Amino acid sequence: MQTLINQLRARLAPNRPLVVAMLLGPVIGAMFAFGTVAAQDATKKVANEITIDNFTFTPKELTVAVGTTVKWVNHDDIPHTVVEKKTSFRSKALDTDDSYSYTFASAGEFDYFCGLHPHMVGKVIVK
Amino acid sequence: MAKKGFEDRGQGLGRREVLECMVWAGTGVLWTVSGGVPHSVGLIGDALAAEPTGFTFLQMSDSHIGFNKPANPDTLGTLREAVAKVKAMPIKPSFIIHTGDITHLSKPAEFDDADKVFGETGVQIHFVPGEHDIIDEERGKAYLERYGKGSKGAGWYSYDDHGIHFIGLVNVVDLKGGGLGNLGAEQLAWLEADLKDKSNSTPIVVFAHIPLQVIYKEWGWGTEDGMQALNLLKRFGSVTVLNGHIHQLAQKVEGNMTFHTALSTAFPQPAPGSAPSPGPMLVPADKLRTVLGLSTVTVVQGNKPLAIVDKTLAG
Repeated sequence: MQTLINQLRARLAPNRPLVVAMLLGPVIGAMFAFGTVAAQDATKKVANEITIDNFTFTPKELTVAVGTTVKWVNHDDIPHTVVEKKTSFRSKALDTDDSYSYTFASAGEFDYFCGLHPHMVGKVIVK
Repeated sequence: MAKKGFEDRGQGLGRREVLECMVWAGTGVLWTVSGGVPHSVGLIGDALAAEPTGFTFLQMSDSHIGFNKPANPDTLGTLREAVAKVKAMPIKPSFIIHTGDITHLSKPAEFDDADKVFGETGVQIHFVPGEHDIIDEERGKAYLERYGKGSKGAGWYSYDDHGIHFIGLVNVVDLKGGGLGNLGAEQLAWLEADLKDKSNSTPIVVFAHIPLQVIYKEWGWGTEDGMQALNLLKRFGSVTVLNGHIHQLAQKVEGNMTFHTALSTAFPQPAPGSAPSPGPMLVPADKLRTVLGLSTVTVVQGNKPLAIVDKTLAG
């Protein structure tokens, strides 16, 4: 639950007063907030999306603000995974058009690779 | 498809047994072991006619059951065709070595479908996993539950047959970012111990999914610590290395070592560097079976050299 709250806090950073209100509310309120966030993400995505085509992560390097959710989408005919070098995050196998999202709650440089084809590498810089 | 050019490499290896590999492009590779150094003997039928007393085994690879994209919408169908070739062989191979990527996504139904078709061969199959066989939620548990009996670690093992020492290695787990295939220290230590009591004249067949030698680093076609394994095998008079993963034939002889990669039964992949990526290669439907295959190996006691024959599903 702590993780969920952190993620919510991170996602809604610009609307902090609203977040605080929600976090102070009952659990049901938090769940409602989460649903709202998901809907917002669906409409504004793409900017923080990393695509996989031809065994390549594009963009290879992505810089985002703390709290950003990054989404990886696999367009290849072959499954890939997204594994952070220190395994702070690891996706399951992504088949064609499957996606994986991860919210970066803290600053840093995150080198990642495909666990099946480790010559595929990329980096997310969180500031 | 027979690969010529490995003849006349006799180096006075005497009575050593050597492996003849008949790669049956499109479905599998039929191997024969005879006494010395690799050479090819022609297509499978010729080879069998020439060496009727040989001990044979078959290599199959990269069946990718569950894959259904345009490069081959029916991988189970082409596997069935490969198995039909095996069933039709005049002399049944003693066993089959499958060099991984049995399934595409490690799903139980994919393993079930593959096992059902493999079962029709009536021949024992020795598996090693490909990276596609260990992408279940528990990263390899599904594979080990089915095929890992008697194996060590992530599924490596060895066995002896007809005086040959067979070693199945796993180089698809715990891969490092930016790297290639990986055997790991634990497996290498096991290999060293496994070989310790073997005499230099014991013929060795070692098989793994990703090529042990680096074929094309840019596409990850090689094994990071593969040379460490090959160094342990250097002292043996006859070493045959069988791999899959790259969905095309590649053969090479270095000293007493012969390297061979098998065709897939599912779909072809491009030659190194010839395409933007190593993804499935789309070929016209009527050409698909010319690029899928099996390899057969016949082992003959005595002084005969090793040979490799490739045969496609279309052949």
